[in-house]
Amino acid sequence: MTAALWRDVRIRSAVTQIAIAAAALALGAALVGNVIENLARLGINAGFQFLARPAGFGIVQSLVEYSEASSYGRALLVALLNTVVLSAAGILIATIVGFIIGLARLSTNLLISNLALAYIEIMRNVPLLLQIFFWYFAVLRPLPPPRNSIAVGGVAFLSNRGFYLPAPVFETGAGIVAAVATAGLGTAIGLVLWARRRQRATGRRVRVGWPALGLVLVLPALAAAATGFPVSWDVPKLAGFNFMGGIVVIPEFVAMLLSLSIYSAAFIAEIVRAGVLAVPTGQVEAARSLGLKKRQITRFVVVPQALRVIVPPLTSQYLNLVKNSSLAAAIAYPELMLVFAGTVLNQTGQAIEVMAITTGLYLLASLLIAAFMNWYNRAVALVER
Amino acid sequence: MATTFKPDEAPPVVAVSWFERLRRGFFGSPFDAALTVLGLAVLYLVLTPLLEWAIFKAAWLGNGPEACPDKEAACWVFIRARGAQLVYGPYPPAERWRVDLVLALGIIGLVLMLVPRVPAKIWIGAVMLSAYPALVALLLAGGAFGLAPVDTADWGGLMLTLVVATWGIATSMPLGLVLALGRRSQMPVVRALSVAFIEFWRGVPLIAVLFMAATMFPLFMPAGATADKLLRALIAFSLFNAAYMAEVFRGGLQAVPVGQYEAARSLGLGYWRLMGLIVLPQAFRIAIPGLVNTCIGIFKETTLILVIGLFDLLAVIQAGIADPAWLIGDHVRETGYFFAGLGFWFFCFGMSRYSARLERRLSAGRATT
Repeated sequence: MTAALWRDVRIRSAVTQIAIAAAALALGAALVGNVIENLARLGINAGFQFLARPAGFGIVQSLVEYSEASSYGRALLVALLNTVVLSAAGILIATIVGFIIGLARLSTNLLISNLALAYIEIMRNVPLLLQIFFWYFAVLRPLPPPRNSIAVGGVAFLSNRGFYLPAPVFETGAGIVAAVATAGLGTAIGLVLWARRRQRATGRRVRVGWPALGLVLVLPALAAAATGFPVSWDVPKLAGFNFMGGIVVIPEFVAMLLSLSIYSAAFIAEIVRAGVLAVPTGQVEAARSLGLKKRQITRFVVVPQALRVIVPPLTSQYLNLVKNSSLAAAIAYPELMLVFAGTVLNQTGQAIEVMAITTGLYLLASLLIAAFMNWYNRAVALVER
Repeated sequence: MATTFKPDEAPPVVAVSWFERLRRGFFGSPFDAALTVLGLAVLYLVLTPLLEWAIFKAAWLGNGPEACPDKEAACWVFIRARGAQLVYGPYPPAERWRVDLVLALGIIGLVLMLVPRVPAKIWIGAVMLSAYPALVALLLAGGAFGLAPVDTADWGGLMLTLVVATWGIATSMPLGLVLALGRRSQMPVVRALSVAFIEFWRGVPLIAVLFMAATMFPLFMPAGATADKLLRALIAFSLFNAAYMAEVFRGGLQAVPVGQYEAARSLGLGYWRLMGLIVLPQAFRIAIPGLVNTCIGIFKETTLILVIGLFDLLAVIQAGIADPAWLIGDHVRETGYFFAGLGFWFFCFGMSRYSARLERRLSAGRATT
C-alpha cells in the first residue's frame, strides 16, 4: 500500500517539495536565529536610524554637495552617484570601442582583423583587477606632481593628482542658447519622423538630412553669436602645490574608466562579431539581387538582424560592467562598495543593514538595465509573421 | 524583347595563388591598402618599444636591485629574486616540497584527463575528485602523519591562486548542474528556490560576496563557531560561481530538442535515467564553450581575494613591488604587472584554446548527419 503511494508521481513530488521547503525554512530560521542572538550578544541595534547620523569622513569625488558633517545617507547618495557615473561612462566607451574592434575583426583586411583578434585575446584573458592596478599604479600614479604637470595645449594638465580640465562658466544668455538648441533638436527630430511617415505613406522619399543638420548645428550657433557667446572657460591655474579652478578628474576614476572600457570592449567585440556572422549570407545576397546599395544592405538587412542576436548578450555584458565597477574599491575610487560597504560598515558596525542596502542597490541596477535592454530588444526584434 | 542569348560570363575564380590571396588580403582596394599601412604603423609603434622594453634593453642577469639601473627597461631580475615568493607565497620554505608534490600530482592528473587518447577517464576522474582533494588538504594544511601544520594564512602565491581556482571550478560545476536542473524542474517549490538563489548571486558583485564572507559570516554562525578566512572565501566562490554555472547548464539543457525528452520517456525511462543517459550528455556538449568561459572567469576572479587580505599571485606581486629594497623606480612595478599579466594570460588563453579543440573534436561526429 505505501509502496503504491510512493509510486504516484503527484504524491512523490508533493512529499519532496514539502521536505525541501521545510529544510529551506529550517536553514533560514537557524540563520535568522543566529543573527538575532549574535546581534544581542554584540550589543548592535538593528535598524536604519544610523543613516541620519553624521558620517564624519570626507569623499574625494562628489557630484552633490557633501562634507564631513553630512549624514551617512548623504554619503550613500554620493557613493551611488559615483558608481553610476563610472558605469555609465564605461558602458558608453566600451560599446563604442567594442563595436569598432568587433567590426575590425570582420574586416577582409587580414592585418586589421588579426590586430583586432590580438586585442580581444590579450584583453579578455588578463584579470580586470590586474589591468586596473596596471593603469593606476604603473601609468597614472607615476605621472609628475602638479608643479611639473604635463600641459595639453596650455589649458588641460595631467598630473598624479588627477587631470585638470577647463570648466565652462555659463553667463546670462546661455539659457537662451540652450532653449534654442533644444527647440532646434526637437524640430529636427519631428522633421525626420514626418519624412519617414510620408515615405511610408506615399513611397516618395523626402530628403531632410541637410535641413535637420542645420536645425541642430547652425541654429544654436546663430543664437550663440546673437547673444555674444555667453560661455567662458575657467582654466585651471597652478597655485602653490596644486591647481585652482577648472574641473578635476581624479586618477582613480581615469584608471577605472580605462580598464573597465578596455576590458569590456574585448567581450563586446566578440558579441558584435558573432551577431553579424549570425546573419545568413542568403540575406545579403537576396538584398544585393534586389538592387540595394551596400549602405542600404548594412542598414536595412544586416544591422536589424544582427542587433537581434547582439542585444541579449550585450545586456549581460553591461550588467557585468556595473558589477565590475565595484573593483574600484581596490584602488580607493569612492564608489558604493568602498564608501558604503567599506567605510560606513566599519564605522557603524551595522553589517546586515549596510550589506542589504549595498546588494539591494546592485540588484536594482541590474533590474533597471535588464528592463531597459529588454524594452530595446523588443524594439529592434524583427516582427515574425 | 531580346531575341538572342547574352554571352556567358566567365566562371568565378575559385583557386587563386597565394600571392594573389595576400594581395587581396592586404591591398584589395585603396581603402584596404590605407588600412594596412595604418595597421603596420600601429604595430610598429607598439611592438618596437615593447620588445626593447621587455627583451633587448631588459636586465636579465644579476641578483639585487642594483642589477636594474635602466628605468626604461624591464627588470627580470626582480621576478627571479621573488620567484619562490611568487609560487609559494609565505609558505614555510622547509615545507615547500609538499606544494611541489601537490602541483606535480595535479599536473599528472590533469594531463591524463585532458589528453583524449588516455583510457579509463572515469576512474582517473573519480580519483581526482575524491582522493586527490583529500590528499591536497592533508599535504597543504598538514597536522597529521607527522606533517607540521601550516596555517592557511601562510598559503599564498600561484599555489593559492590554483587552489582557489580549482576549488571554485570543481565545486561550482556540480552545484550549478543541480541548480540548473532545479530551475527546469516541474516542482514549483524547487523551481522558485533555484531561481531565487541563482538570481540573487548573479545580481551581486563578487567583491560584495567576499566582503560579506569576511564581515558578516560570523553573524550567521552559532556563537563561538569560527571558520578560517580562506575557507569562507572558498565557500563564497562556490556559491557565487554555481549561479553562473547554472545558467550555462540551463542554456545547454534548453538546447536539447524536446523530442529527445519525449522519446526517452516513451521508452519508459524515469527522470534520472532520462537525464543521465539522454539529456545531460547532449546538454554538456552544447554547454562546453560556456562552461570553459565560466572557468576562465573563475580563474581571473581569484585575484579578487586580495581584497579581503589573502595572498594570491597578484597580492604577492603587489607586496614585492612595495618592498623598500626594490623601490628603485617604476620599471620594477611595470615588470611585476607585465609578468603577472603574462602568467594569467597563459592559463586563460590555454583554457580557451583547449575548449576550441574540444568543441571541434566533439562536433566532428555531428557534422555528417
